Amino acid sequence: MNAATLDAPDFDAKAAARAWRPPPLIASAWLRYAIYLGALVYAVIAIGTIEVNWTRAAEGLERAGRFLGGFFPPDFTSKGDDILEGLLESLTMTVVATALGLILSIPVALGASRNLAPLPVYLACRAIIAVSRTFQEIIIAIVFVAMLGFGPLAGTMTLAFATIGFMAKLIAEDIEDIEAAQAEAVRATGGSWFQLLAWGVLPQVKPRLIGLSAYRLDINFRESAVLGLVGAGGIGDTLNTSFDRYEFDTAAAVLIVIIVIVLACEYSSGWIRRKVQ
Amino acid sequence: MAILTRADGTPDWRRRTPRADLLVWSGWFAAIALAVACFQFISERTIWDFVWDAPAQGADLVSRMFPPRWSYANQLWKPLWDTINIATIGTGLAVLIGVPLAFLAAHNTTPSLLLVRAPVLFIIVASRSINSLIWALILVIILGPGMLAGILAIALRSVGFIAKLLYEAIEEIDATQVEAVSATGASRAQVLGWAVVPQVMPAFAGITVFRWDINIREATVLGLVGAGGIGMQMQASINVLAWPQVTMIFILILGTVLVSEWLSARVRHGII
Repeated sequence: MNAATLDAPDFDAKAAARAWRPPPLIASAWLRYAIYLGALVYAVIAIGTIEVNWTRAAEGLERAGRFLGGFFPPDFTSKGDDILEGLLESLTMTVVATALGLILSIPVALGASRNLAPLPVYLACRAIIAVSRTFQEIIIAIVFVAMLGFGPLAGTMTLAFATIGFMAKLIAEDIEDIEAAQAEAVRATGGSWFQLLAWGVLPQVKPRLIGLSAYRLDINFRESAVLGLVGAGGIGDTLNTSFDRYEFDTAAAVLIVIIVIVLACEYSSGWIRRKVQ
Repeated sequence: MAILTRADGTPDWRRRTPRADLLVWSGWFAAIALAVACFQFISERTIWDFVWDAPAQGADLVSRMFPPRWSYANQLWKPLWDTINIATIGTGLAVLIGVPLAFLAAHNTTPSLLLVRAPVLFIIVASRSINSLIWALILVIILGPGMLAGILAIALRSVGFIAKLLYEAIEEIDATQVEAVSATGASRAQVLGWAVVPQVMPAFAGITVFRWDINIREATVLGLVGAGGIGMQMQASINVLAWPQVTMIFILILGTVLVSEWLSARVRHGII
């Protein structure tokens, strides 16, 4: 490039058109514009379906002021016992559900790995995973509350059930990706199926197993905070009660407690995962 | 690997030293003791009589739930469409807010580590730690029941998710490309547009579709607190114990979630 083009006073449209551009994400121009157009049409239709009651929203804004005012200052003391009770319930639910879910998810994960299990077992285990992952924890909680009655046990079972699908899917993927040579070596020494698991598979998936357990512990606490909405125990129960009684200062305190614990869980689970991986 | 010496002088190969063995076993013991103690706590708060007749209750529930009331589906298409719209518009809104936040939070693109990055990280964490159902609970009180509360709840929860994953992707980009573009004398905006954005585009598309998929699931239950979508019908059916209708709703949710998961997997597979 010489000085003349750099100093060119008038903008050279042809050169600009030839200028290099980063390649677009979707290579086919036809598909790209079809997607843009589709998205635009969808946005217009979808936004049209929102029925906003503006007068209600305007009233709401005024109420929001009072509502948010009710949040401050957060009141940790007057319902302190309830908050502590809910918190302990949530924490114990989290621990038991993670432990139980982990124990149950390992056989399912082994069954869902194509390189370890025969086809019928594989399909059955994949079906368990699909059912457990499809439904929101809240929906499962409704069923468990109907069966087991109100209280933290229903919440624990819900979280354990959700843990099975999550852990089994990710562990099965990891087992399918293991180095086949190491498993082969264990088999070649005449090791039984269980010895193959202990010496050929487990050492390879262990870091991920620990990392995922820490991650799931973190998720289970978060979820335990909402299960109370359908009566499945935990700090969500406390939160829901305080909303129902219009005790917004207590609700604010509960929200702050949840955020702090989630933060602590997230940092410690991140730390564990970095440590093992 | 530890080598101990037996009494007769031959080496004995062990996986761990006795000390490490003891440590591992006491670790297991502590973990099991904690789980048992926690279960004890839960057990004290459980009415076991209700639990023992759970098999009977479960069988009863299943017998009530089947057969599903297929004709009820006609009333469900509109709420289902609302549910999909809540998830999609919510995700769109979250992208609009989350993307700028991600650029403000990433180490290599933030204008100021202390003044901008720290508060933005706090916003991201606060958004992520509160479940969308709790956001919906709060928004329904402020805005009244309806789709708008649901959309905003989904958006508020997704902002943190999208911003967190995207800023991590931005921090992992190849620095040499950035250097190459800045070496040509490009401005900050040009460096962003030509060196940073093209590198994070695939990650961005993957994150957005992934979150959309999660949001479809979450939008199905927002109706439980009055924030629109198919969850409202679910709540109404449960309240009147119309279990065949609930089964019908579960079937529709299962179908929608499977389709959205398949779609999101296809798109992510196509990009990465």
